[in-house]
Amino acid sequence: MKTASAVVPGGESTLPSKATSKFKRPDMLHIYTLLVMAFLLLPISAMVLFGFNNTRGRFNLQWQGFTLRWYRDVFAIGQLTGALKVSLFISVLVMLTATIMGTLMAVAIQRYRFFGKGIINAVLVMNISSSSVVIGSSLLSLFVAANVALGQFTIFAAQVMFSIPYAVITIRARLAVLDPVTEEAAADLGATPLKTFFTITLPQLAPGIFGAALLTFALSIDDYVITSFVSGTTLTFPLWVYGSTREGTPPQVNVIGTLIFMIGLLVAIGSGVVRERRNRRRLAVLSAN
Amino acid sequence: MTATAEIRPAGRVGRPERHQRYSEKSKRNRRRLTIIFLLLPGLLWLALFFVLPIVTLAMMSVSTGNVGQGWSVVGDLSSYQQAFSGYLPEFLHSLEFGVASTVLALLIAYPAAYWIAFYGGEKKTAYILVVLLPFYVSSLIRTISWQFVLADNGVIFGPLRRLGLLPSNFHVLATPVAVVGGLTYAQLPFMMLPIFAALERVDPGFLEASRDLYASRWETVRRIVVPLSMPGIFAGVLLTFISATGDYVNEILLGGTGTGVVGAVIRSQFLVNLDYPLASAISLVLMVALLIVVLAYSKALGTDDLMGGAAV
Repeated sequence: MKTASAVVPGGESTLPSKATSKFKRPDMLHIYTLLVMAFLLLPISAMVLFGFNNTRGRFNLQWQGFTLRWYRDVFAIGQLTGALKVSLFISVLVMLTATIMGTLMAVAIQRYRFFGKGIINAVLVMNISSSSVVIGSSLLSLFVAANVALGQFTIFAAQVMFSIPYAVITIRARLAVLDPVTEEAAADLGATPLKTFFTITLPQLAPGIFGAALLTFALSIDDYVITSFVSGTTLTFPLWVYGSTREGTPPQVNVIGTLIFMIGLLVAIGSGVVRERRNRRRLAVLSAN
Repeated sequence: MTATAEIRPAGRVGRPERHQRYSEKSKRNRRRLTIIFLLLPGLLWLALFFVLPIVTLAMMSVSTGNVGQGWSVVGDLSSYQQAFSGYLPEFLHSLEFGVASTVLALLIAYPAAYWIAFYGGEKKTAYILVVLLPFYVSSLIRTISWQFVLADNGVIFGPLRRLGLLPSNFHVLATPVAVVGGLTYAQLPFMMLPIFAALERVDPGFLEASRDLYASRWETVRRIVVPLSMPGIFAGVLLTFISATGDYVNEILLGGTGTGVVGAVIRSQFLVNLDYPLASAISLVLMVALLIVVLAYSKALGTDDLMGGAAV
């Protein structure tokens, strides 16, 4: 670093060392980045804010004073609460199913060579890069042609399908940084493949599996487009919210959105803290040796 | 990692020999069985609910019939003719909105991702958390929130209007601007994250070398940073373009008359008009069109491992 900047005539660094960027010229890019962050937060802030709005009409568009009324009455709209329950139920099942299937597939793809791997990868890429409206409409045409009744099962089937590739990606990313040497050592010491998987691979994979579970849950509970094609008369939370836009979305939707946001944030920060701690412990162990 | 240190030396001395008892052939069979066991559940699901539906969609598009009597595959191409002749404006709108929002998202995201990756310092994690925050809010609620923000008497334009700073015919909601804005916002995190991940992998040594060779900051960005972050740009553009072009939620909630998109046509043909053959034809045309664009684009920019790019 030092020798490098010494070569530059005048010794002035264009990469800001902290002192120069802070005092000599305000970094325009820094300000720009903060503006982008504000842009990202704008509709989220609007959602949170209007959950506290003391609105009286049907449309919750203008600020009319602060209230906690909607937090007290958050479950007052029976249909909305019902839709939320359906969403949570389906999403938990989707999370479990897609994460298990994705983990197994990821292990096969990352750890074994076999015929047809290229095709499987192509299917996964196609799945992720397909437009939701195409996927939704093709599922509906299948269910209609095969006379499958639309409802919770078809929603579940569709959501597991589009979640699997994301689970595979997340777990493969984790597998790629794991050292297969420990697995080989276990096999050399006589452990069966199944035992190796459960005692060696799985514990090391845990963070990846946790990430995949969070991601598939989030994808599932958020999906509107594909679900709207295959839901029949079943209402999930996003479907109810979409339907409500015509007559004015009630503040309860903002409240539920805010609560989900807070829970997601806590989980994210919590897992970040856990990871940080583990890294620090690992570092301590390494430096002690 | 500590778990790996715990491989017990184990008193089971007999095991390795037992292991060797398996002939090469039965070992190979076991391996094959393991792979099948691992792949089968997921593959079956994808075959049933991803591949098969697209085949059905193709068959439905050349069928005739109706909801009451069922459909028969007759190889009738009139639905395609109808799709092209009747819905060209919607296809073009979708393409315009898709391209506009992708370009905008790239232009907005890149400098910010660049700053976070190279100058974020200790606060890097905090910035990335903010980029991730929209994912914790239902995408539908985010779009509805833009209705609050952009409404004629909403939080921004309401006060400005009351102060007389806006002409009376000034609208943002229900115009193409609002649709592109909503799409751009929705795509921004998907654009920023892969670009950030790619920039993080760029060795700062290259930047120093470039500076040592008298390149300006701009020249370094243009000739070193951007080419090295190409995989991230590729992944970001691909993901955002496809979902923005097929999207109709932003159009329906933020658009107005004359902003119709092909996704909305597919939706209403399928769910309201129940004209499945026509809807399937339009859907398939959209799929093939996107596929062609994506293939041409991958050929031009050449990143063979899309999964790798998306994984980061």
